[in-house]
Amino acid sequence: MAVKAENISKRYFRKTGGANYFYAVKPITLTIEAGEVAVLTGRSGSGKTTLLNMLSGLLKPTEGRVWIDGADLYSLDDRALSRLRGERIGVVPQGRSAIDTLTVLENILLPAKLCGKPLPIEAASQWMERLGVAPLRDARPAALSGGELRRMAIVRALAQSPDILFADEPTGDLDDENTNLVLSAFRDYAHEQKKAVFVVTHENSALQYADMIYRMDGGQIISSAEPK
Amino acid sequence: MTMKHFSLSLKNLIRKPGRTGTLALLTAFLALAVFGGSVVVLSLRSGLNSLEARLGADIILVPSEAQSKVSFQNMFLQGTTGAFYMDASALDKALEVEGVEKAAPQTFLASLKADCCSIKIQVIGIDPELDFTVQPWIARSLTRELGDMDVAVGCKVEADVGEIIRIYEQRCKVVARLEATGTGLDTAVYCNMDTMNALLAAAEEKGVSHKIESGDSVISAVYVKVKDGCDIDAVNNRLNGHIRKVTAVRTRSMITGVSDSLAGVSRTVTILIVSVWALAFFILLLAFVLIIRERAREFAVLRLVGASRGMLGRMVLLESALCGLLGGLMGVGLAALLLFPFAQLIESALKLPYLMPDAGRVLLLAAGTVLLAVTVAALSSVIAAYRLSRIDPGTALREGN
Repeated sequence: MAVKAENISKRYFRKTGGANYFYAVKPITLTIEAGEVAVLTGRSGSGKTTLLNMLSGLLKPTEGRVWIDGADLYSLDDRALSRLRGERIGVVPQGRSAIDTLTVLENILLPAKLCGKPLPIEAASQWMERLGVAPLRDARPAALSGGELRRMAIVRALAQSPDILFADEPTGDLDDENTNLVLSAFRDYAHEQKKAVFVVTHENSALQYADMIYRMDGGQIISSAEPK
Repeated sequence: MTMKHFSLSLKNLIRKPGRTGTLALLTAFLALAVFGGSVVVLSLRSGLNSLEARLGADIILVPSEAQSKVSFQNMFLQGTTGAFYMDASALDKALEVEGVEKAAPQTFLASLKADCCSIKIQVIGIDPELDFTVQPWIARSLTRELGDMDVAVGCKVEADVGEIIRIYEQRCKVVARLEATGTGLDTAVYCNMDTMNALLAAAEEKGVSHKIESGDSVISAVYVKVKDGCDIDAVNNRLNGHIRKVTAVRTRSMITGVSDSLAGVSRTVTILIVSVWALAFFILLLAFVLIIRERAREFAVLRLVGASRGMLGRMVLLESALCGLLGGLMGVGLAALLLFPFAQLIESALKLPYLMPDAGRVLLLAAGTVLLAVTVAALSSVIAAYRLSRIDPGTALREGN
């Protein structure tokens, strides 16, 4: 077991009908196992990103708990949680996530540098080669296309060899070829290194790489099934 | 704060030169006002202290016609040349007055801007046996007494030690260059009474008359030191009553005028410094809040790759402190470029004694200003850093999209 969420929900204050709050995510219990790729799909606004943020320690749930290998994420103080995030969790967020003042390689090595870990230069080089961003290692993010920035963010997450990798719409800016390149990299990472990968996506093509598929709507998981 | 955070902050500053430059410029503005203003006020205070020390007497007796005090003051404050004379017996009469401890004469002569004189200057004759005001000053640059036809020159007189200067065709040897006082005395030349008598005679030959009705033996002023415990005003009144055609002026009344002007300038400069300080602080505060808002996504990314709230807060403080350091150094440097080469111009514009503080004090002031700039810059980013540390990275990432 890599990640376990128990009755996690997220409520925001907003006038909605008679109530002055609404649930972005209604209570959900979920387990993501090591060695598998879990794919979460659903319509826009269904609560996918909020769920991913809560699972990855980026957003405190209103209720419920999240464990990663026995550690209750939100009972940790900020320093311990940040350290855990840097050392054991990889996140590929939606949109741009590059630090503009650093080069591509510096961006990729940043998590290890912040945690004081040895810099994973070899792993970074291998993933950069595999995802086609090796020639851009010394470029600054401003010189990169949307797709290149995306792949850089994915390499950054993978190069740290996290126990669990969360990716939010990782193929949003990519063409079909690069989409398959990224998704197969996720699958190989999960299967070969026995790590957990959790992908939030709209892409139907992602489903063929999934070991577990979740569908979400209205803040709830409406189905979970292994692919046929 | 470890080296890795320092290098990240440094990269952020170096690779965003526009942002760094703007913040540094704002701080430089603050440092310029604080350092520049402080140096001006300190120079004026040093000038006043120096004037007080150089006057060194409680009362000065001058001929009644010289009592148009403004011109008399200008000789000390701005180095205006001029002369007035009275009978030398005024010295003995002053010594007769109850409460007078010491009295020393001085004789003034203005050289001409003509062939007979190398430079136009104020020549002041002193009696080495009686003088108690100028000699201690001369003694700092000359270990012996002034000999005949020897002169000691103020620091602004264009003549070097060993050089011969001509005053009414008389050859005088420069034997000492005096320390700066920041007053009009820096433009004067000092000699003993024998030399002064020779110069007066030579001036007479050139048609510059110093004759007075009562006789040939003349002096220009008598510096009076009042006995300890005696009421200076009472002695001043007694001198005025005892000696005819002579006016006794309390040196404090001369200094009071300067002191009042100095207080006015100091007040203006202080108001200026405080206003610039408040304005710069407010603008920096605003700038940091806006910059942090603009960088919200960048900070959220740092959080998701393992940076803690404290780490981010320290990074923001470090970056702003470094901007403050850069701006402080720029401001101090710019102020030094404006103040030191143009000290003379500032002095003439202010028309007040102006004596630059020594290098040690200037360096201390510069270091204090830079420290202040660093502190102000860091303080103004505290609110932004605090707000930043309260935001969930998940929320910040979403807002930044």
